[in-house]
Amino acid sequence: MKAFSELYTAIDETTKTNTKVDALVYYFSVADERDAIWCVALLSGRRPKRTIKTGELIFWSMELANIPDWLFEESLHIVGDLAETITLVLPPATQLESFSLHETMREMRNLGKQDDELKKEFVQNIWQHVTTPERFLFNKLVTGNFRIGVSQQLVIKALAKQYHLEEQIVSHRLTGNWDPENITLKELLFSDNSNDDHSKPYPFYLAYQLETEPEQLGDLSEWQIERKYDGIRGQIIIRGNQLFVWSRGEELITEKFPEFSSLHSILPEGTVLDGEILPVKDGMPLPFHLMQTRIGRKNITKKALQDAPLVMMCYDLLELQGQDIRHEPMHLRREKLKKMLDDASLHSINIPLMLSPVLECKNWEEVKMERFRSREFLCEGLMLKHLDSVYESGRRRGKWWKWKVDALTADGVLVYAQPGHGRRANLYSDYTFAIWDGEELVPFAKAYSGLTDKELLQVDSWIKKNTIEKFGPVRSVKAELVFEIAFEGIQPSPRHKSGIALRFPRIARWRTDKSPLEANTKQDLLQLIQSLKAG
Amino acid sequence: MLKFDRYGIYCEPARIYIDPWKPVERAIITHAHSDHARWGNKHYLAHHFTVPILKLRLGDIAVQGVEYGETFTINGVQISLHPAGHIPGSAQVRLEYQGKVWVVSGDYKLQHDGISTPFETIKCNHFVTESTFGLPIYKFPESEYLEDAINTWWQNNRAQGNNSVIIGYALGKAQRIIKHLDPSNGAIFTHGAVGSILNAMKGINLQLPETLYASAFTKKDDQGSIIVAPPSAIGTPWLKRFLPFSLGICSGWMQLRGARRRRGADRGFALSDHADWNQLNTAITNTGAENIYVTHGYKSSYARWLRENHKLNAVEVDTLYEGENIEENKPEEIPQSTDIDESVL
Repeated sequence: MKAFSELYTAIDETTKTNTKVDALVYYFSVADERDAIWCVALLSGRRPKRTIKTGELIFWSMELANIPDWLFEESLHIVGDLAETITLVLPPATQLESFSLHETMREMRNLGKQDDELKKEFVQNIWQHVTTPERFLFNKLVTGNFRIGVSQQLVIKALAKQYHLEEQIVSHRLTGNWDPENITLKELLFSDNSNDDHSKPYPFYLAYQLETEPEQLGDLSEWQIERKYDGIRGQIIIRGNQLFVWSRGEELITEKFPEFSSLHSILPEGTVLDGEILPVKDGMPLPFHLMQTRIGRKNITKKALQDAPLVMMCYDLLELQGQDIRHEPMHLRREKLKKMLDDASLHSINIPLMLSPVLECKNWEEVKMERFRSREFLCEGLMLKHLDSVYESGRRRGKWWKWKVDALTADGVLVYAQPGHGRRANLYSDYTFAIWDGEELVPFAKAYSGLTDKELLQVDSWIKKNTIEKFGPVRSVKAELVFEIAFEGIQPSPRHKSGIALRFPRIARWRTDKSPLEANTKQDLLQLIQSLKAG
Repeated sequence: MLKFDRYGIYCEPARIYIDPWKPVERAIITHAHSDHARWGNKHYLAHHFTVPILKLRLGDIAVQGVEYGETFTINGVQISLHPAGHIPGSAQVRLEYQGKVWVVSGDYKLQHDGISTPFETIKCNHFVTESTFGLPIYKFPESEYLEDAINTWWQNNRAQGNNSVIIGYALGKAQRIIKHLDPSNGAIFTHGAVGSILNAMKGINLQLPETLYASAFTKKDDQGSIIVAPPSAIGTPWLKRFLPFSLGICSGWMQLRGARRRRGADRGFALSDHADWNQLNTAITNTGAENIYVTHGYKSSYARWLRENHKLNAVEVDTLYEGENIEENKPEEIPQSTDIDESVL
């Protein structure tokens, strides 16, 4: 675990991507193969399930530290992170020993079935025989909260560099279902036959926001304009006469969409579609929140299926008859996609697949107009794709751009605050904002991002001086500070006191120029909902 | 014999205050950090190492310097100063009156730093202690470990063509950092605030390596140097001349990952002038005192710990030794880099 904890520290201490890649390359060059595969697994979000209850970890650490529970609580409150608090309250290691990452992970996994005495022995033994950084890392793993500041892209870059492979190939090999216990890093990276895992999705091609005027992209005739739908980006895979649905977060979500279950008999063998899963009724998209209510449920009721029937709005075709066609220009892939969907609709009338329409615009001015209409179609904006673009992996500039509409905004008054976690531990950084309902302020949004570090400290210190009441970690504060809240969508919501619910609220800026009386009212926001509906 | 009133810690029979926060007639100053040594008192008394710094900071004041262990009597109260180990010249104040002994420790640490006279344990009945780091999460590494870590960090930065900017409070912390820098790594530059304290400390034989004023730094000749600067330098244009550099911060708060990352430090060294959890417990146990007055820091939880686990008569006391005192735990009060409360670094 030592090498891995050094890697963790090196990555934690820098914000420079090159330094992070170097640290990863160095790790892959020195690490034991069996550890390296675990590192890749952990860095690509394949966290093992927690096998020990948090309460027991706390209890065992208090026992070794010889402190009462109230003092542990105080400490946790100050540190703001459980794994770190346990790390720090424990006495220093009595003697250092070396624990390998893969053995530790294997034992940790198997602990689930063991009795508490064995669990305790395992955990306390490691605590007492490793360095502080290793202990912290171990605690992060054992509490199931391991996260690290490297993107998948950087891991891919480092592996490509170390093993002299193309990034795109590494990227694909890392997807899908694999278990670090049953495969070595070399097997994973060099298996020339990706068919041994039928379910494997392709890495998603993601776009950056267009920051310039679209005219700078050149001739409109070289670009394809589509709407950017607001749903769940996913891939539908038909291989081995089976259906797999993957989300962009590389989660296998086949079970959540019974609508798609018949597709493996409609679509040809060896097909991979890229698109957006969203609720559609009578050809028109429905609000995202209708789908949200059924995602996350284990059993989907008939009513939910009727209220929010899902389709995939298809963007792209990545695999045709078992052949990877991502290197073909987009206009060809699009033709093939269209033909496939046409054929499929001959099969059956109601297939849950739609072709994402291409917007016919004569000039960039018309494209701009279409962008302004995005909300009418419950879309986030437009996608601009070059007709010759190949399907890349990960987020890239140049050939694909997203061009989202500006966020909606409203001014709210800060009414509650509570401390954040991690980097923001001990700072009042999680806020609740309110709008006016007559004489009363009603909470309408929670947000914890958008301020600069400097503003955060100013607001934090203001909160401490202007607290009215404390409820556990939450404080109510004087109604004085006004913030502009940006959000992507707004819906009526009878569950909230304000009567509305926002999608992706965040702080746009601190309106030091406004007094609380100038904040928005409930009436304003209900009107906004009406005007959005009217289009 | 002692009481805490609105001016500070008052010894009534001797009519003298210790570290008062409002102007009084006569004041004993434990050390020259600005939250303990305030402006406006008529007569000051402090360890003689502290005298030139008081004059530097407070101007032309009436101040008497004394030695550690030198006893003087005022109205029957025997008073003496003893090493507190916090910074050079820092003192605990021992007061004996009618057979009872009180000790006001000011800020202190037990860890040896190579420049301050080590903390002396004084048996007493009543002990006034700080609690800046009075939680079990604060257990600082050994001095030697931190000194090595700083030199290694400097070497690595130099190897990559970067300067090293190391941040520590100008009085005490900066000298401690400089003392242990390895001059064979390169040149050591100081910020003006650090430089003027170094000048004021010339009378103390600290045997520090040679330092240069930052104004003498040139990119051409001095790349790879280390620059010692106070917290107020973080984020200022003054730092730009040293680009590219790595930023290291020396403070007990650096023990916590959140504090480290919030400050944008490339490296945090948990190098502190204050006692950590274990040192506080050791110091208090060794005094043999039954009555403990817990001041600035995590005072309520630390006092509870002393009551419940050490069976001592411990109470928390409000003081102004932590900048503004708004019933918060200290780490919450760390102001942003540009105006860091100097007393906590």
